[in-house]
Amino acid sequence: MNATNQTLLARASAKLGPQVSIAIGLLVLAVLVAMPLLHLLPADNALHVSAYTLTLVGKILCYCIVALALDLVWGYAGLLSLGHGLFFALGGYAMGMYLMREAAGDGLPAFMSFLAWTELPWYWYGTDNFLWAMCLVVLAPGLLALVFGFFAFRSRIKGVYFSIMTQALTFAGMLLFFRNETGFGGNNGFTNFRTILGFDITSAHTRAVLFLATVLLLVASLYLGWTLARSKFGRVLTALRDAENRLMFCGYDPRGYKLFIWVLSAVLCGLAGALYVPQVGIINPSEMSPTNSIEAAVWVALGGRGTLIGPLLGAGLVNGMKSWFTVAFPEYWLFALGFLFIVVTLFLPKGVIGLLRKKGEQ
Amino acid sequence: MRATPVPEFMLEPVFDAAGSGRDAIGASTLASKGLNVRHGTILTLEDINVSFDGFKALTNLTLYIGVGELRCIIGPNGAGKTTMMDVITGKTRPDNGVAYFGETLDLTQMSEVEIAQSGIGRKFQKPTVFEALSVFENLELAQKTNKSVWASLRAKLTGEQKDRIDEVLQTIKLDASRQRPAGLLSHGQKQFLEIGMLLVQDPQLLLLDEPVAGMTDAETEFTAELFKSLARKHSLMVVEHDMGFVGSIADHVTVLHQGSVLAEGSLEQVQNDERVIEVYLGR
Amino acid sequence: MPTALYRFLLSLVLLLPVIAHAGDASDFAAASSSQQAALLERWSAEPDAARLPLLEALQQGRVAADSNKAAFIETDGVYQPADGTAAAAEAPRKLRLNNRLRGLIATAVASHQLLAEDPALRLAAAQQLQKSAKPEQLALLNARVAAEEDDGVRDALSLALANLQLVDNDPAVRLAAVRLLGETGDPLARTRLESLLDPGVESDATVRTAAETSLAQVKRKLLIGELLGQAFSGLSLGSILLLAALGLAITFGLLGVINMAHGEMLMLGAYSTYMVQVLFQRFAPEALALYPLVALPVAFFVTAAIGMALERTVIRHLYGRPLETLLATWGISLILIQLVRVLFGAQNVEVANPYWLSGGIQVLPNLVLPYNRIVIIGFALFVVVLTWLLLNKTRLGLNVRAVTQNRNMAACCGVPTGRVDMLAFGLGSGIAGLGGVALSQIGNVGPDLGQSYIIDSFLVVVLGGVGQLAGSVMAAFGLGIANKILEPQIGAVLGKILILALIILFIQKRPQGLFALKGRVID
Repeated sequence: MNATNQTLLARASAKLGPQVSIAIGLLVLAVLVAMPLLHLLPADNALHVSAYTLTLVGKILCYCIVALALDLVWGYAGLLSLGHGLFFALGGYAMGMYLMREAAGDGLPAFMSFLAWTELPWYWYGTDNFLWAMCLVVLAPGLLALVFGFFAFRSRIKGVYFSIMTQALTFAGMLLFFRNETGFGGNNGFTNFRTILGFDITSAHTRAVLFLATVLLLVASLYLGWTLARSKFGRVLTALRDAENRLMFCGYDPRGYKLFIWVLSAVLCGLAGALYVPQVGIINPSEMSPTNSIEAAVWVALGGRGTLIGPLLGAGLVNGMKSWFTVAFPEYWLFALGFLFIVVTLFLPKGVIGLLRKKGEQ
Repeated sequence: MRATPVPEFMLEPVFDAAGSGRDAIGASTLASKGLNVRHGTILTLEDINVSFDGFKALTNLTLYIGVGELRCIIGPNGAGKTTMMDVITGKTRPDNGVAYFGETLDLTQMSEVEIAQSGIGRKFQKPTVFEALSVFENLELAQKTNKSVWASLRAKLTGEQKDRIDEVLQTIKLDASRQRPAGLLSHGQKQFLEIGMLLVQDPQLLLLDEPVAGMTDAETEFTAELFKSLARKHSLMVVEHDMGFVGSIADHVTVLHQGSVLAEGSLEQVQNDERVIEVYLGR
Repeated sequence: MPTALYRFLLSLVLLLPVIAHAGDASDFAAASSSQQAALLERWSAEPDAARLPLLEALQQGRVAADSNKAAFIETDGVYQPADGTAAAAEAPRKLRLNNRLRGLIATAVASHQLLAEDPALRLAAAQQLQKSAKPEQLALLNARVAAEEDDGVRDALSLALANLQLVDNDPAVRLAAVRLLGETGDPLARTRLESLLDPGVESDATVRTAAETSLAQVKRKLLIGELLGQAFSGLSLGSILLLAALGLAITFGLLGVINMAHGEMLMLGAYSTYMVQVLFQRFAPEALALYPLVALPVAFFVTAAIGMALERTVIRHLYGRPLETLLATWGISLILIQLVRVLFGAQNVEVANPYWLSGGIQVLPNLVLPYNRIVIIGFALFVVVLTWLLLNKTRLGLNVRAVTQNRNMAACCGVPTGRVDMLAFGLGSGIAGLGGVALSQIGNVGPDLGQSYIIDSFLVVVLGGVGQLAGSVMAAFGLGIANKILEPQIGAVLGKILILALIILFIQKRPQGLFALKGRVID
């Protein structure tokens, strides 16, 4: 790597001691790979990992991918999206459509028979084909992000305006999916999945494979983020975040750059959603609620935006806390989350990673 | 800082017979390449009017800049200097009037990015650099190259490009700070960095808004030398309040007042102009 | 039926025990419910002025009977014999009425009121009969139309008559009735006329054609009412959006602070109203009707105080970092919502309209303007004017505007910027609190109240142009009306989505909102 091309980020993380970081990273990766394998052990084995734990960690890993995707647009390009839950849910719904068709066999999905529909709506055609469903996982969030981003960036909506527009977008999406007539199961969304590609969705092997796929996607997203952050593209994004006008007078068209990272981020979210649904076993419109999306922002903020590891750390911490709180003190989780928002913005502008680095420097 | 003599290579552009050539900064092309400047005019502004909610910022402004000219624009505050630059760079659309870059490029129809890509560079009044990036990276981004998304994804600096950045780093005396984040530079250093970014961008027309504000005398002197060396192969439009600086570089001065041109000529001429003395110098 | 003794105390009907027609009440009390229906139908056809108090008592559920089936009328808790006979054998029990009987009673009351002295009463009665007249009343109506002196009442009666004549045996009578119905703007006339288009119902082709013409006329008239109704609900929604967005226009537009907890200020304002109502119920039930007026200052000061406290403790540290402010205030909103849930429960609390805010004005047969909405529209405008005055005519307003435009310069001129920030934030929150009082009068009050308004309010501010009161007013009413016009066409959800799309497209054209100041932007 050319020393002059090093980003600030890389330089700063170097101070933490690259060996230590790499060692921790490999350890975490090893644990993540081991978990699904241990799940395959018989239940009475001392090392057995329960389906509950596996699902929980798998879910959090999906959230980590969302956090990373959000960080790419917020931390690097300075666009705070409060609507990433929409892209996540769209990916999830695309996967859900396939799973519903699989569960329904030759008939209509259960909720449609319930509504006395006799025919599949046009957008359901071909969703029994796994490959087409996977295309939809990418296309649905990708195209929506493309269209929205095209108009938003064209009219130079940025800063809080952009955030509020994205929030309104996911809110509108939620309202739309709540309707029965939209054809996505209304309130209840999709659930009662049976098989995926013919395999029982609740079997230990399927779970293990889905979990590994999630780990793989996470590692791939990390690698992608790392490559982007090191490339000239990443530096242009940073420049864009700090001085968009200057960048334009340098001859760069910010729209293309924003649109690229925005769509990429949306697609990553969609993929995460697609892996989330078969693991958790349900998708419904509440995934699109503005609260979910804004919670993702606090994952990133807590971990440290503009870094690659920070969002993962943040997503893990917040969701771990959430799992513990909602069992131990369900009443107080929202208080804790609220205080987290305030504390992070007031006292941890660079997140946990920033804190660790400061410690490392001292 | 002592003003060191401008490196020799910057003063001696090499022209070749074909009209395309290498200037001192690197392999970029001659000012007129790709740009039709048949009549020797690089910038044409005619009868430009801009008003903001009834306030007329520019009134029938007419101004021509010749190829290779170094023009200084002076005028009291609110004379419309910055608005004029906004019009040229596409930031503000004129209500009416004609703005051409070269003979064929209609600036009123182009976006800011297109204008920048066609060869107009601008330095802001307040120095703006990419603060989170290092000095080197700032120059890297500004460098004249393909600036599309795809290109940037695969971009890798060639040895030649790197050499050019190194040259400019030495010219603007930031060689020692090449790895420092630009946000940590002093005000004067940021000014130089921004000028350096213009140099690597290699525009045919440079718009410089108060380039020596916040500089020491020595730095100012050095900047004057630098600008004079840039003229001839680039066209420069410099807005400045510092009369000493203007006197040291300008062969041609335009005085703006209330959104239109009050006087034009050598510094001596305009300083002796009755109206100019009345509105500006005579204070 | 024995000869009756009449005691008719017109003005004291509701105050004094009333002894009605000797036998009617007891007949009614003794009858089975189908006999009661027959009785009511007969009474409707042959109204008798003396029977009115009994019918009104029936309508108000004040008629009771003892075990001897003697009828009593309850007035202020005291039972008086209805037919002047002996006192009750034991505590009388209230008569039970079913819905069919209640409908018949309303009709009977109306036909009795046709005999009233007051033309307004007669008009109301005639209008009631337009809806509910029975074929048996045909003769009565005919007689009343002939005898009626007041033009308005006669027209109303003719319509009621026409409704009955639609099933007349004589096609000529039906034709006349159909034509007459064409002149009303009554939604009932539409359904009646629509049924006539069926040859199975109406055999005469001329009548059917006339029905078609009349139907078109009625529909046109109804359309006016519908459009006015939509415009009114649009205005009403707009005024609510305005109240919600106005505070935001100050905190966001002037201070540049994105307060995601703004919706919760609305919610807290509504809960303050609830608290005031509860206190009134407990300590001053006689003045309960005045509670919304007292709730206004209370809500204002409560929310303003909370807003100022938030500004001093959290938001102050985040000036110039809008995205962080957004996240921190979202956290605040989560805490406030949960706090209210813990204190008041997750269920909606009940905030009742005082009598002067319930009911409405009937403008057209299909258009009622509720008082609470009218008052809120007026209130919203009042708050706008007040805010404008405060910002443009007072020292505080001058200071706020100075700080908005150039914080450092204002500080140099001796403007206490910190205090101005705090007060302006308090003002914005207080206005939201006022909005909460208004919201409590037209909708549910629950912990999530604010969440449903926050996005809309931001859209209003964005659309109106930041820092522009006039823009916010226009945007709020524009959005309100657009919403209500789209709603019946494509449904509420699609309407909202379409509006969002329109806003995004609009911003393409005018990125700075409706009322933007153009200017030289330095950055």
